[in-house]
Amino acid sequence: MSAAFVEEPSQKFDIEQFLAAEESKGLLRLTTAGSVDDGKSTLIGRLLHDAKGAYEDQLKSAVRGGQIDFSLLTDGLRAEREQGITIDVAYRYFATIKRKFILADTPGHEQYTRNMATGASTAELAIILLDAHRGLTTQSRRHAFIATLLAIPNFVIAVNKMDLVGYDQEVFNRIRAEFEPFLERIGTKNYYFLPLSALKGDNVVDRGSHMPWFNGPCLLEYLETVDPADNMVQAPFRMAVQRVVRPDQNFRGYAGQIASGTIRPGDEVQALPSGRRSKVKRVVTFDGDLKMAHAPQSVTLTLADEIDISRGDMISSGTPSQSARMFDATMVWFDAHPLDPAHDYLVKHTSHTVPARVDGVRHLINVATLESEPATSLAMNEIGVVRIATAKPLFFDPYKDNRVTGSFILIDRKTNHTAGAGMILAAAEGSLEDAADRLVRLVRAAVPEGSQLNLPSDDAQAMEVVRGLLKGVLK
Amino acid sequence: MSRLSHLQALEAESIHIIREVASEFQRPVMLYSIGKDSSVMVRLAQKAFYPGPIPFPLLHVDTTYKFKEMIEFRDQFAAQLGVKLIVHSNTSALQAGANPFRLGTERCCGLLKTQSLLDALRAGNYDAAFGGARRDEEKSRAKERIFSFRDSLGQWDPKNQRPELWNIFNGRVEPGESIRVFPLSNWTEMDVWQYIHVENIPIVPLYFAKDRQVLVRGNSLIVPEQDFVKPQLGDKLETVRCRMRSLGCSPCTGAVRSDADTLPKIIAELVAVRNSERENRVIDHDREGSMELKKREGYF
Ligand SMILES: Nc1nc2c(ncn2[C@@H]2O[C@H](COP(=O)(O)OP(=O)(O)OP(=O)(O)O)[C@@H](O)[C@H]2O)c(=O)[nH]1
Ligand SMILES: [Mg+2]
Repeated sequence: MSAAFVEEPSQKFDIEQFLAAEESKGLLRLTTAGSVDDGKSTLIGRLLHDAKGAYEDQLKSAVRGGQIDFSLLTDGLRAEREQGITIDVAYRYFATIKRKFILADTPGHEQYTRNMATGASTAELAIILLDAHRGLTTQSRRHAFIATLLAIPNFVIAVNKMDLVGYDQEVFNRIRAEFEPFLERIGTKNYYFLPLSALKGDNVVDRGSHMPWFNGPCLLEYLETVDPADNMVQAPFRMAVQRVVRPDQNFRGYAGQIASGTIRPGDEVQALPSGRRSKVKRVVTFDGDLKMAHAPQSVTLTLADEIDISRGDMISSGTPSQSARMFDATMVWFDAHPLDPAHDYLVKHTSHTVPARVDGVRHLINVATLESEPATSLAMNEIGVVRIATAKPLFFDPYKDNRVTGSFILIDRKTNHTAGAGMILAAAEGSLEDAADRLVRLVRAAVPEGSQLNLPSDDAQAMEVVRGLLKGVLK
Repeated sequence: MSRLSHLQALEAESIHIIREVASEFQRPVMLYSIGKDSSVMVRLAQKAFYPGPIPFPLLHVDTTYKFKEMIEFRDQFAAQLGVKLIVHSNTSALQAGANPFRLGTERCCGLLKTQSLLDALRAGNYDAAFGGARRDEEKSRAKERIFSFRDSLGQWDPKNQRPELWNIFNGRVEPGESIRVFPLSNWTEMDVWQYIHVENIPIVPLYFAKDRQVLVRGNSLIVPEQDFVKPQLGDKLETVRCRMRSLGCSPCTGAVRSDADTLPKIIAELVAVRNSERENRVIDHDREGSMELKKREGYF
């Protein structure tokens, strides 16, 4: 990674200057996606090679028949090299003078959809490859759909293998005209159509001379300049407690990674599920207390009041998270054993693991037609909307608002497999238990610790008391 | 608004991973190889639990072919940190005379590293073991999950890994099974060196260039440590200014010619370097895909 686009060190290498330049570089995480053999691995290899992000010994070991087989720079498993396909995600790293990149090269084969989802889940940009020669496949649509569900904020739609169609603008336009309505329908944001040849290198790092009809930036230039994902600093504060740090009687801190928002000493926060409120006393780190911390920093908070908080609880402020034992979510199913409403699962959501059931499949989404279809189960690689019922309430935001507090995995209790991944849509309406939960938290938040709540029998007076309590909650 | 620098982002991610493990597993342990990556990993563990202590022991699998400077550094480091250090060696194999010259590097590694590690993990009944491996080191490592499942024989099945979405890790295992955890998965060699520099993390002096007596064998520089290595015909004993780019067993880790005797110089060297750091490790190149084979059997 190190060599790419960094000036050759002169006699006087100024480390401070170098580090300062490094520090100003942001990190962009991106993933490839698309049908099997559309050229994803070749493209990543080509990008690394042309951007001087691959080491010489690595390039040497990718030579086959006197030529570099670029796909071998990422297809690192023996089985992959033997079969010429990608089985699991490979992560590669490289940097230019503008940015550092984490590249996830994912498999196109339908059987390995779960590995594609793995690579895509953390990405801020997805390169969806299409084969100019072969055209669109269901798998192209499935991958674009999954990447969109995962709320990846940026897309490059790379029409690859242009060399096989004589670099013909008509072919590019035709594929684009066919795919664009699909992207619009599924709600893909910020997509950029780009004709290229991973094999020959056109429009990857260098423009090449074969497609004078195309004027947009080539791939690397686009990756260097695209807006990264919103880092959620402006969103309401959320931090799931991973661990209570308690070295001695005098210190009790709550350790976690900030999912969203900003926190300062003195800020008022609410702990869930207890609903208790307190103020942040200190934001503690090994490098000293902070005056301010924001997502995605890992910190330890101490609070002004002794309240009961343990692992899995959520510390939050601002607009409250939703809380529910029953909610709807879009699920991508991974396990060979189909989703089974009679089966016992665990939901792992933030740092909280709770027993769960699937309270029915609301519908399955046909990836080719995007139509909802009735279903009672989801088979491997299928996508649907399900209702989940958990043994304890979860505190979440819809996935579209918060990728951290809106995501969960479903674990099969018998096999421990990660059976599926879920993106929360909303709390199920009208659950009595959930309403009771919410009421309890509201009252707890309003009533000072230890006091007895005695509502006067006169309605007007009772309302006066409740109004006073609510004022406390809302302040 | 403010964004984290890439090192801050990596640090936050690693701390999150380390805390998840400490909270979800009964008996975690952190593999400590004395190298630069381990040093960074231990610092991240300190940060994760501050102001509390690191809530798990460190484990060093000692092949007894390490450099003397490494062992000195290790003992001093553990004492300063106040953390429990477990040292494990495959004594029966060593008594039977295991060494890389007699057995070849592949079998020697199998016995003194992989077998020894599996024995140590079983003896301690550890259900999670942290390793400092990075995905940018080698092509099969590039494929590994952050939480990497191992069956009851300690084996890795690269074709059947658990999906791992977002930063939600599935650490559920049955008794006897375990998870290898790689908090530095997304760090590069450059990130590690920059972090060591910025954080002032102590490392073994072998990483810094100085004039050393080495055996020059073709392109490799071999440090004749404690008479482990016997000179071969054609070897030349020379004084060469050199350093280690990665630390392993002394007979199997070559030095590289270098003037870099400070961290800034090491970083400067890295900016210009054209080969990956494991190039000097004999073991990785025994066969095509040899790292994957070793990893399947339980190597870190
Ligand atoms: N002519 C031509 N062939 C290409 C191009 N890109 C890739 N290929 C070839 O297409 C084949 C498949 O390439 P890969 O990079 O392995 O495809 P992939 O998308 O990574 O495949 P999976 O990961 O298995 O889904 C290889 O034979 C490549 O050489 C291109 O731009 N032009
Ligand atoms: Mg591939």
